[in-house]
Amino acid sequence: MSANELTIAAARDALRKGDLTAVDLTMACLTAMDAGDELNAFVHKTPEIALDQARAADARLKAGDAPSLCGIPLGIKDLFCTKGVPSQAASNILRGFKPEYESTVTTKLFAAGGVMLGKLNMDEFAMGSSNETSCYGNAVNPWRRGNDETALTPGGSSGGSAAAVAADLCLAATGTDTGGSIRQPAAFVGITGIKPTYGRVSRWGIAAFASSLDQAGPMTKSVRDAAILLEAMAGHDPKDSTSADLPVPDFEAMLTGDIRGKKIGIPREYRMDGMPDEIEKLWADGQAMLKDAGAEIVDISLPHTKYALPAYYVIAPAEASSNLARYDGVRYGHRAKLAQGDGITEMYEKTRAEGFGKEVQRRVMIGTYVLSAGFYDAYYNRARKVRALIKRDFEFAFAAGIDAILTPATPSSAFGLGEMASADPVEMYLNDVFTVTVNLAGLPGIAVPVGLDRKGLPLGLQLIGRPWEEGDLLNHAYVLEKAAGFVAKPEKWW
Amino acid sequence: MSIDIDTARKVAKLARIRVEEPDLPALAGELSGILTFMEQLNEVDVTGVEPMTSVTPMRLKRRADVVTDGNIQAQILANAPDAREGFFAVPKVVE
Repeated sequence: MSANELTIAAARDALRKGDLTAVDLTMACLTAMDAGDELNAFVHKTPEIALDQARAADARLKAGDAPSLCGIPLGIKDLFCTKGVPSQAASNILRGFKPEYESTVTTKLFAAGGVMLGKLNMDEFAMGSSNETSCYGNAVNPWRRGNDETALTPGGSSGGSAAAVAADLCLAATGTDTGGSIRQPAAFVGITGIKPTYGRVSRWGIAAFASSLDQAGPMTKSVRDAAILLEAMAGHDPKDSTSADLPVPDFEAMLTGDIRGKKIGIPREYRMDGMPDEIEKLWADGQAMLKDAGAEIVDISLPHTKYALPAYYVIAPAEASSNLARYDGVRYGHRAKLAQGDGITEMYEKTRAEGFGKEVQRRVMIGTYVLSAGFYDAYYNRARKVRALIKRDFEFAFAAGIDAILTPATPSSAFGLGEMASADPVEMYLNDVFTVTVNLAGLPGIAVPVGLDRKGLPLGLQLIGRPWEEGDLLNHAYVLEKAAGFVAKPEKWW
Repeated sequence: MSIDIDTARKVAKLARIRVEEPDLPALAGELSGILTFMEQLNEVDVTGVEPMTSVTPMRLKRRADVVTDGNIQAQILANAPDAREGFFAVPKVVE
């Protein structure tokens, strides 16, 4: 086994024992990263930073001062601002932008000894479910269907993170999730991805998409790794007023593997019309696994589920239209070449038309429309009321004693790149149908790989937990992971 | 609710995104499709429901009113497409 294939937990133990050095581990990942260019997962490579950090990690390991992430090579989603390193949110409007500051999450990861290999591909401003809205061109899923060489999507928006982790280009990666952008790509490539409770991880220094929905989280090869990485990313930050001032538990220590007596809710509204039988079967298998582990399976109702997507597609674009107003060609990023006589309005309009891709433009305009005079109440306020009802559905379920909720992670396995090109934008939005409720309610949710479909592609299940109970949620995921025994890896073609 | 070409033009203007005239009909069509999808929200009875304003009920923290940062003009301007004499530069705003 090559060192880049290790989990965080295994690498940490080998590093501490002295069986492996951080420099050797980093070199193995840099080699894998360079050999993985066909996946288009890494879009800005930072080998010098990585090796400097690895050398520093080796010194700490030698001195016996080695936190969990000491010497662990990570990929960082391009949405995170990293000092002196291009941070473009996969958008042309931020071409050339090199932040003068470091995001809180990457600051914490580096303080814990983490090593940054480079920046990872994504959908532009995290708006997309297939990585096809990226200004760098799409990342590619390392998985293929049987004998078929069709290039598949790694999902989105954290598609580069998903592809890089699944292909062992790094040990783990950061992602962000506004409507499913960690969990859907994790499910599409057979890895673990957790979106924490809203407020658990600081949003400071992460390019904002929809501020009331955005959360960063880990994308990893195992549930244990997700626990380790989440602990390093989480915590109160005075620079993010929505970050929660709560202690961060030792998530890894909470992986006891014991869920006896826990109540698992199965929401009947998630049984969608036309759901593929393979997804239906996977879901039933997952229920059986948790039941075998001693949990009680309970049918529950989340009656407003159906309205989550339309509510999301009002609220997220509304917030995006405000957040993305800052890209005006004045302070950073792209400015359009102006014609003789062009004033400041032409500068704004041309800059934004050139800098934003089609999907981002569409969402900014939808957001502008739903917030405009005369429509604010009809769309935006109504959506916020429906959001309150969606949150209340979950509160009722948890108040009735439910510990975790089990659902499919995605409505299908990974689809072909370009397959949705002629589709209505709304069809692409349906990818988020199982994940988006969790963002609206601010809850933690985790995608765990559980099996393969007939085409040989990974399928995942989602567990949803109580607010701030990521430790308990991870423990449920850990039980599911052990029972499912998912160990399949994509066959290397890149 | 469907968006006509005039509304699409107006929305593009409000969003400060230049859309060429020949592209407006397609844009209007796409925006209408998305709005139609949103109209499902009208089926929900929201009588007496307060719009959700914060995800986690919490009082926003306050901090001491003191300067915590500053004297970083060069850093602020480092990424500007056009900066002159310590300022961001833009096309003429006032005649």
